Amino acid sequence: MIPFAYSKPTDVAGALQLAGPDSHFIAGGTNLLDLMKENVAQPQRLIDITGLPLREVTATASGGLSIGALVGNAELARHPRIEADYPLLAQAILAGASPQLRNMASSGGNLLQRTRCAYFYDSAVPCNKRAPGTGCPARSGLNRNHAILGASQHCVAVHPSDMCVALAALEATVQVQGPAGSRQIAFADFHRLPGEQPERDNTLADNELITAIELPAPRFAEHVHYLKVRDRASYAFALISVAAALRLEGERIGELRLALGGVAHKPWRDPALEARFQGQPATSATYTQIAQAMLSGAQPLAHNAFKVTLAHNAIIRALGQAQRRQGATA
Amino acid sequence: MSAQAISGQPLDRTDGPAKVTGKARYAGEYPAEGLLYGSVVSSAVAHGRIRHIDCQAALALPGVIEVLHHGNRPPMAADDEPYEDDDAADGHPFRPLFNDRVLYSGQPVALVIAENLELARYAGSLVRVEIDAGSHQTDLCAARDQGYDAPAELPKPRGDFAEAFNAAPLRIDAQYSTPNEHHNPMEPHASTVIVEADGSLLIHDKTQGTQNSQAYVQEVFKLPKEQVRVCAAFVGGAFGSGLRPQYQLALAVMGALKLKRSVRVTLTRQQMFTFGYRPRTLQRLQLGADADGRLLAIRHEATGQTSRFEDFSEHVVEWSGMLYRCDNVAMAYQLVPLDVYTPLDMRAPGAALGLIGLECAMDELAEQVGLDPVALRQVNFADSNGNEGKPYSSKALRECYEQGAERFGWERRNPVPRSQQEGDELIGWGMAGGVWEAMQMKASAKARLDADGHLWVSSATTDIGTGTYTVMTQIAADAAGMAVEDITFQLGDSSLPTAPLQGGSFTVSSVGSAVRQACQVLRSKLVTLAQARYPALAGEPADRFVVADGQLQVGERRFAFADLLQGAGDDALEVQITAEPGAKREGFACATHSAVFVEVRVDEALGTLRVSRVVSAVAAGRVINPKTARSQILGGVVWGVGMALHEQAEVDHNLGRTMNHNLAEYHIPVNADMGEVEVIFVDEPDDIVNELGSKGVGEIGVVGVAAAVANALYHATGRRVRDFPLTVDKILG
Repeated sequence: MIPFAYSKPTDVAGALQLAGPDSHFIAGGTNLLDLMKENVAQPQRLIDITGLPLREVTATASGGLSIGALVGNAELARHPRIEADYPLLAQAILAGASPQLRNMASSGGNLLQRTRCAYFYDSAVPCNKRAPGTGCPARSGLNRNHAILGASQHCVAVHPSDMCVALAALEATVQVQGPAGSRQIAFADFHRLPGEQPERDNTLADNELITAIELPAPRFAEHVHYLKVRDRASYAFALISVAAALRLEGERIGELRLALGGVAHKPWRDPALEARFQGQPATSATYTQIAQAMLSGAQPLAHNAFKVTLAHNAIIRALGQAQRRQGATA
Repeated sequence: MSAQAISGQPLDRTDGPAKVTGKARYAGEYPAEGLLYGSVVSSAVAHGRIRHIDCQAALALPGVIEVLHHGNRPPMAADDEPYEDDDAADGHPFRPLFNDRVLYSGQPVALVIAENLELARYAGSLVRVEIDAGSHQTDLCAARDQGYDAPAELPKPRGDFAEAFNAAPLRIDAQYSTPNEHHNPMEPHASTVIVEADGSLLIHDKTQGTQNSQAYVQEVFKLPKEQVRVCAAFVGGAFGSGLRPQYQLALAVMGALKLKRSVRVTLTRQQMFTFGYRPRTLQRLQLGADADGRLLAIRHEATGQTSRFEDFSEHVVEWSGMLYRCDNVAMAYQLVPLDVYTPLDMRAPGAALGLIGLECAMDELAEQVGLDPVALRQVNFADSNGNEGKPYSSKALRECYEQGAERFGWERRNPVPRSQQEGDELIGWGMAGGVWEAMQMKASAKARLDADGHLWVSSATTDIGTGTYTVMTQIAADAAGMAVEDITFQLGDSSLPTAPLQGGSFTVSSVGSAVRQACQVLRSKLVTLAQARYPALAGEPADRFVVADGQLQVGERRFAFADLLQGAGDDALEVQITAEPGAKREGFACATHSAVFVEVRVDEALGTLRVSRVVSAVAAGRVINPKTARSQILGGVVWGVGMALHEQAEVDHNLGRTMNHNLAEYHIPVNADMGEVEVIFVDEPDDIVNELGSKGVGEIGVVGVAAAVANALYHATGRRVRDFPLTVDKILG
């Protein structure tokens, strides 16, 4: 860990004023502190944002919810409006980490979790994400947990969050504030694929701060299911996760949302595919077609071909569970 | 003497309050004036020579005192012998910071010493180590052709395996593999070396043998014996990782000697993956049987990895020659040297591996014979240890099978795989047997009765969380005829009477026997003394003498110890004895046994397996403390589930480096992974194994569990997975 300055502003403007080239915002610190101990993150200044007034969950004019960036993961998962209207999000949050971590972790910070790729975490070895241009040992090494979709020559890491998979399916937007003012980023545009710049996880500009996450008016409060498959029953990152949401019209799919975790550098979603299956019968035969279509572009590595089969099965299972599910609470 | 024995009671841990209130200090927690902190700099390559170490940037920081490396360390022994500790493997022991050779990735190459830990770690990140990397090999499978026979003495083959196997009507020939596993006790390895005013060293070390560490430091650094004292009052788990002095000890001592100041070195969790571990092992089991399931031939072959400098060997294959009756047995055990650190004994070393092969193969045989897995084992029950040709001193394994099966409900098992299903889950029931040796080592103990009537009993053994403080207090209470409250057991100090390393489940047997004898002798000396001083007591039988409330009580009469001892010319009554394995043991084989029954729920579409129920029935002789003993078995079962499903060091063989070196990615079971676990201790009287009749329970709980899980997976799905751990990718239908 390197020496660093520390400040704790009390408003967003103050936080933005302190931000500079080697500064880092910190909220729960559940990921950043680990990265600092391993010399993966080396901020010169930590700007502790836990004193900012970003802890409210409020109704929006459009019938949705605005979630302050500092609302804790545990608190959010148990929020009555989330439980009632966005159960997919509640399920996804509770599938992540451990109770202790969820108590500490913030909503904004959850979006900024960095990959769990072992090479990224070990500053003694090459990694294009940590040290651009040094190479990607995962491509030819241990890649059982790595990407099957959307990877590049430079990086095969996957995004670790569960919450983000649900937010992608629910078409959230991310409210940010920066030196140039405020803007909104559609969730699909927030995280990015590695491409030529694997060191960039997302599209935040320098020194931009997430202030809130906005959910649109609820459309999927009933037929939803978050399925996470991992190497142990808790406190493990997803091998594959599926956020499935259905609006049923009789025995047909009225509307479909489907996002995958553990497969790519960002939560993986295909809106065109979702639209294509609108009006199809809500049957396992359809779900099998959806799974095949969703994974048709999969390019597994030497040790993760099982993820294609697993994702396929998990999609069918999650959609089936979502269909059978009645009522909002888990 | 109390009417009811204290031994056998579920006494709460005597050290429990100190531990849960934080009063118990661990090696890395002792304060010292002017204490300096060391941070280890490790090699990123697996093989090579250090060309240059640039310490300038680190040393330029205010508060950084020194960067030690092979070029500037204090003098240390050059030959192997001083480094050979009580658990050393054959070969040339690792010598930390000795020269420019890099022997494995993660090897300590420098120690930064600074005024605080944070600074030391930061400075460590600034040390530039230039290494001329050579080629390396860390993959056991890729280097298998370089294997050679382990320098372990295997039992002589008996009968003619090849002929019997070839002629057997039923045959199993199967291969199993297991990965590297790391101990990872909760408490990381740490040493606090305190330089006393006279220059001597008081060392608080994380160890399973204070005298082992003491002798190592004294010999490696050529110090007079009285200049080095090693203590380990509390140890936060060890599981074998503290059986050898680890490198943080040598590094902290180097710092203290060089700077003549107190130094602490605590390893990071990542560095806990840079020394001894359970080695990756490949096994082949060949079983031949007749139509009734009687074993006609057994061959067990194992290949394990070791370092290029030491040959680590453990008992992997021996168990196949002793658990069942069979006349034609052959064993083979090979080692493959790699650019890695030497493996190290880890909970039930060897047995935890070998029983995976043997007990999975027995399950495969049971199916071929068409016999229930328990019945197959009963058919092949051995009254004697075939390796030694000696009968067992006791072996209540039949009772384990019967009582375990009954509690589990095994009789309701449909033998057909895939015959039980609930929703998306297939349910499988599997079982396995377990065995571990019941050893006894030479050990000493001292008992001292103070004038105020308090009994102090001591031995240099440790308590690695197993309950040694507690059970020794119980044994002393019975032997001295005193109440637990009037007794203090002291351990974890090299200056105390000699004790063996704490391992192998032999502490109760070895140290407990010494404690019992010391207290018995003390008591008889007390009686003799009292009778000499007070002639009226001459005719009183010894069992009428009671030590309680700070007095000697004989019937209605009370005698103050102060008066009693005054005449003896000392302020206390003291006895020290050394206990050795009893002569009765000769001619017998002594072992603990178990039968483990497991229920799993498997979701084939998702590749997940959940252990929903375990019953472990254990025959370990007399149980001194059912509460701490049960905890040992529970911990063993959880560990076994981890061996079955989770634990594996993921090694990148291109880099020659273990990559999942933290507890987020190196998986062990969490609470959510564990279903109900029931422990049964079957009655097993044994007056041969040792004077306590107790065999020890530290290892047996883990043995066989992984095999039982794999066998249950087969019963659930009809598929054998022989490559451990049984992860999602292997279970996926």
